[in-house]
Amino acid sequence: MGKYDSILCKITRAEQLTADVYDFTLEAPALAVLAQPGQFAQIRLPGHALRRPISICGIDRAAGTLRFVFQVRGQGTAELAGFRAGDALEIMAPLGNGFSLDLSGKVLLLGGGIGTPPLLGCAAHYGKNAIAALGFRTREAVILEEDFQSAGAETLIATDDGTYGHHGLVTELAAEKDFSAVLACGPAPMLRAAQALAATRSVPCFLSLEERMACGIGACLGCAVALVGGDGREYYGHVCKDGPVFDSRQVLL
Amino acid sequence: MADLSVKVAGVDFHNPLIAASGTFGFGREYAEFYPLSVFGGISTKGTTLHPRPGNPPPRVTETPAGMLNAVGLQNPGVDAFIREELPWLSGQGTRIVANIAGSAVEDYCQTVEKLNPTCVDMVELNISCPNVKEGGVQFGTSAQSVYAITKAVRDVCKKPLMVKLSPNVTDISEMSVAAEHGGADAVSMINTLTGMRVDIHTRRPIIHNNTGGLSGPAVLPVALRMVWQAYQKVKIPIVGLGGISTWQDAVEMLLCGATALQLGTVLFTDPYAPVKIAQGLSEYMEKNGVAHIADLTGGVRPW
Repeated sequence: MGKYDSILCKITRAEQLTADVYDFTLEAPALAVLAQPGQFAQIRLPGHALRRPISICGIDRAAGTLRFVFQVRGQGTAELAGFRAGDALEIMAPLGNGFSLDLSGKVLLLGGGIGTPPLLGCAAHYGKNAIAALGFRTREAVILEEDFQSAGAETLIATDDGTYGHHGLVTELAAEKDFSAVLACGPAPMLRAAQALAATRSVPCFLSLEERMACGIGACLGCAVALVGGDGREYYGHVCKDGPVFDSRQVLL
Repeated sequence: MADLSVKVAGVDFHNPLIAASGTFGFGREYAEFYPLSVFGGISTKGTTLHPRPGNPPPRVTETPAGMLNAVGLQNPGVDAFIREELPWLSGQGTRIVANIAGSAVEDYCQTVEKLNPTCVDMVELNISCPNVKEGGVQFGTSAQSVYAITKAVRDVCKKPLMVKLSPNVTDISEMSVAAEHGGADAVSMINTLTGMRVDIHTRRPIIHNNTGGLSGPAVLPVALRMVWQAYQKVKIPIVGLGGISTWQDAVEMLLCGATALQLGTVLFTDPYAPVKIAQGLSEYMEKNGVAHIADLTGGVRPW
């Protein structure tokens, strides 16, 4: 097998976490062996021409499973949410480049909403060296807090409306912490704040991006993202193959 | 396995399945799934004389039974194609169809002249990309201009020449005749149908280019009708494409007049589609006593 494959996998666990967020575990031993935190899968839905790119939330090589936590965003993800344990899904994985796993010192994980799941694998990798600052709209939207805690990460929560944890932004939670790198996934304003925070502290920063996608492997050039090269020239890279994780210095947000 | 080989414009393909330009890059990404020899040929990403950056995102969106795209011919230019992609691709056991685009007749001619001394098996003239201003479609929407550019490129092209036709015209069969008169050895049809979707919350078109090209199963009936109409007008072979997703679709396209087929959007749904379609074609031929793919071409029995 190559770097990725497309395989029909059985859903071993399907749960609903919040009003619109679902948590699936799939039996995919051949793919779990290859997967790294921050990579993603293209999930095929019956009757749809295009697959849905969903980040990998958990990799359990011993159990041979991959975990996906996704939000209902449109028709496709609404149909995906209707799948149950015992059903099968065809997934193409693992795709793209994951997060850096060779960082030293404390690693700050900044997650916003449905951007938090891909960071859980980083928490599992860095354990006590991870500080997770996770932001959500409101108390009912908070997901994966216990998972980040169990992974050993110092876990801090912020909500937009102050109904749980810090009332405000994840970057405010991080302001008083010491760290030597930032890994972030979330909405564009949060990523801009992460970029700025890392620049202020002069630490490396990696951002996970998303874009409308077709092939998922770098062939169709659909998921373009504006990047800036080492020579200062702007060009279009692609989220699926060059990312989804990018060095923040490359990214024009 | 039945004999799936076909001949298009003097070029032998070991099966009739060709990866459609723009859906397959230069092949490397799909080589992770299977040897590229599962395809009879590969039509490479539309290549221009100079590199092109492509359109701003979003470039793609799903639509009912299909998708819209406006990638905008992002490509590294013909020199990089020859230097960096062709040496590897030429060793993969599949025919190479070099798809070329341009904004002026001279661009096409200069691009072809660079390809003449290479090992590409065929040139596919893209005069039907709907997604860039001056991306070729201005040559593809009148019979006179199809004839003129085909003839100009024919005069300098030492490779078999296939012209890829736009469906965004009043009568595509006239365009196929014009290509034939201009000296094309084959035509491929259809490129995408121009379409549009709108985000009702932002009131913005979903595709940044505002419009994009529609492909996928939704366009198959249109493609079948157009191939059938062109088949009645031209003697040169037709490579049929547009929404082929299953072996049954492939048989329909052959019966409507195609000599070979291209697969595009289905690869995004299922990268293993060419393997399944080749298998299905083979079983259909054995079951129905069809010795050669060519025996199916144009075999539809109209009422």
